[in-house]
Amino acid sequence: MISLSLNGKTVQLSATPDTPLLWALRDELGYTGTKFGCGIAACGACTVHVDGKPTRACVTTIGSVAGKQVTTIEAMDSNRIGQALQAAWIRNDVPQCGYCQSGQIMSAAALLARNPRPNDADIDAAMRRNLCRCGTYNRIRAAIKDAAATLSA
Amino acid sequence: MSTNAFPTRRDFLKGSAAATGALVIGFTLPLTSRFAQAAAAATSGAGFAPNAFLRIAANGQVTVICGLSEMGQGVHMGIASLVAEELDADWKSVQLEQAPVDKAYNNPIFGMQATGGSTAIRGHYEPMRKAGAAAREMLVTAAATQWGVDADRCHTQDGRVMGPDGRSAGYGELVAAASKLPVPQNPTLKDPKDFRILGKGLTRIDTPAKVNGSAGFGIDVKVPGLLTAVMVHAPVPGAKIVSVDDAAAKAIPGVKQVVQIPQGVAVLAEGYWTALKGRDALVVKWDDGPLGSLSSESISKLLADATTRPGAVARNEGDASVAVAKTVEAVYEAPYLAHACMEPMNCTAWVRAGEAEVWAPTQGPGPQQGIVAQLTGLPPEKVQVHTTYLGGGFGRRFAADFIIAATLISKAAGVPVKLVYTREDDMRAWFYRPAAVARFTAGLDAAGNPVSFTARIASPALSIAAGFAKELPQGIDEFAIEGIGDMLYAFPNLRVEYAQAEPGIPLWFWRSVGHSQNVYFIEAFIDEVAAAAGKDPVEFRRSLLSKQPRLRGVLDLAAQKAGWGSPLPQGVHRGVAITTCFGSFVAQVAEVSLDANGRPRVHRIVAAVDCGRTVNPDVIHRQVEGAIAYGLSAAMYEKITFRNGRVEQSNFDDYPMLRIDEMPKVEVHIVPSTEAPGGIGEPGLPPATPAVINAVFAATGKQVRTLPV
Repeated sequence: MISLSLNGKTVQLSATPDTPLLWALRDELGYTGTKFGCGIAACGACTVHVDGKPTRACVTTIGSVAGKQVTTIEAMDSNRIGQALQAAWIRNDVPQCGYCQSGQIMSAAALLARNPRPNDADIDAAMRRNLCRCGTYNRIRAAIKDAAATLSA
Repeated sequence: MSTNAFPTRRDFLKGSAAATGALVIGFTLPLTSRFAQAAAAATSGAGFAPNAFLRIAANGQVTVICGLSEMGQGVHMGIASLVAEELDADWKSVQLEQAPVDKAYNNPIFGMQATGGSTAIRGHYEPMRKAGAAAREMLVTAAATQWGVDADRCHTQDGRVMGPDGRSAGYGELVAAASKLPVPQNPTLKDPKDFRILGKGLTRIDTPAKVNGSAGFGIDVKVPGLLTAVMVHAPVPGAKIVSVDDAAAKAIPGVKQVVQIPQGVAVLAEGYWTALKGRDALVVKWDDGPLGSLSSESISKLLADATTRPGAVARNEGDASVAVAKTVEAVYEAPYLAHACMEPMNCTAWVRAGEAEVWAPTQGPGPQQGIVAQLTGLPPEKVQVHTTYLGGGFGRRFAADFIIAATLISKAAGVPVKLVYTREDDMRAWFYRPAAVARFTAGLDAAGNPVSFTARIASPALSIAAGFAKELPQGIDEFAIEGIGDMLYAFPNLRVEYAQAEPGIPLWFWRSVGHSQNVYFIEAFIDEVAAAAGKDPVEFRRSLLSKQPRLRGVLDLAAQKAGWGSPLPQGVHRGVAITTCFGSFVAQVAEVSLDANGRPRVHRIVAAVDCGRTVNPDVIHRQVEGAIAYGLSAAMYEKITFRNGRVEQSNFDDYPMLRIDEMPKVEVHIVPSTEAPGGIGEPGLPPATPAVINAVFAATGKQVRTLPV
């Protein structure tokens, strides 16, 4: 059994250590907010935080995160940055199909945690690993700035 | 507002109608409808014909029932807005429910329950308003009767009927009385000047669930006893299985079953990761069949050669071979493209004794119900199709491949199965935008005035590949020529031909379909002709559109808003392109510079849109932005290529797509209009590529005639 902290609670996983965190979250624990997009860390749909760092869950084995703090989209309404981002996402009506948006918000949350007032270049650098096929990029950019403004207000 | 993601039929009926004393409106519901009969049985105590499109609970909660699939285009919002406007509902009390399959929910434009072709608002603008207006009239009549006043002295506002003497009643208080009244078949609709929701901008109803991970996509479906299936798919279209060695797969702990179906071999396990490991351990030998030697080079040659021979004549006006002073010729080519929805194709199927249930992110729940019925030998009414949220559609999810395979696997395995395509499976699943080659000739007189135009388009026939037609009427595939065969430029002599050429690659509808390549071809070529005539690209287009006020209107608006003709920063160039498709008119001006390698960098796109009366301007802005991103991505990066009959691309590393750092600023300007609503999911796409390409042409003097750039 592998033990880790998921959204502040200790969970035990029976899957083999080579199992990607993505599939342990989705199939064993039922946390389906984290999405499967590519399986090769090329789209960012599966972005979670491991000890606060944005991490592609599709290529991160559960063996490698034993004992670590994993945070998913399901916990974003319980921290200040997550709340600000979700509110800004709603105000700016960011999502279209919505499938990539969990990963977008997780990447944005990691950005705001280390850079409270990101400029366009900061946003490009932090968000360019998250694909959105619906083309919501400009709304994502606007919502990140909106959230940053509310957090520093 | 909120959206209920996975209603089962049982929940749906339980939650509806007289069980809760609710008012339900079955406005255009055919009496023969199976759903109507079932619901009528449930409500027989109330003696009221049940609802297709809305119900109102005793607590005032309004539920709009939507048969269209939400794939990001905002259709849930649009349908709810149409009903709520005429109902005068309190917007905060409106929720949306995804409909089961029933012919009451057939898309009026398709005659089946399906979403696509930018038809949702065009097809439902009036029916959904009537559904809301009928309910409103019944509620007013119920209140007026209770109060003993004339109904025309009452009015409605935010979910209440207001009487002449200051009395008022909430809709919930009136549902019992209203449900005893006949449903008016021709209710009075509002004058658009009184609209409070339509044409305004309310925030979308599906957003809250899409920012906290709770929105239910197909891949998120949970069913007791569910196994996940991952498949080995045919490597070449039409390939047949020769042998399967599943010993190593079955030896993997957690692998439950290996199932062979005509489409391939599936490994079933508890969870995707184990199923994938099992799939990767399978040894499947294939007979490639006749397409095993196909390559992109041979396809390009086939298409290009086809444009050198006469084709079927789609349009012929005047004499396109008339003598001219100057001739402009060009040959353009566009590649096969994948849809690459962010949610890989998937479907959950549960084939049981005497019934089947399917949960799918599908654009076509109606036709898919029939397909599942055929595969299982069940009558359609024993097949339930639950439409989930779609993680992107773009036409791809009109296809049935993932539903067919999941159904056959569940049928063979005897358990509920969620089939999940890997990204590589999805990329190589053989549903591509067709490649095409267009050969153009234009003739100018000595003054540079356009005299003649000839286009010959070589492409495989999508209408046949998609099963829409068995043979081509007059040899013409409408999808192959749309955007050119129906173009509005007034050349005095004009001829358009279609040269069918069939490489054998399966094809599918890709956002904006034939316009996606043909508007690039024609708009890029028009710039070449304008240059040869020594004319400004906007002025040249205007001169060919004197009788097309709506198309010229968006051209003028985009040019004005973009400051066409005004100075630009050093190294930045403008390009323009226009289209009319799906009932709407769009023009775009792109501002582009070239990097050190000559690659375009798109800084800004200004779009002007005339899509008639609007339902939600914010949604229109977003659809146009998204369509531009989808078009730019294809122009800059995307192509599917073949070698030895196999697709060479596999994932986002070798099929790159547009990312945030390359997304231009986008401005969308909507033309105020009282015309009938046009579509908006697709029309923003076709001009994006040629607007950028034409800016490159302005920068370099050399037109880009093959995509991607």
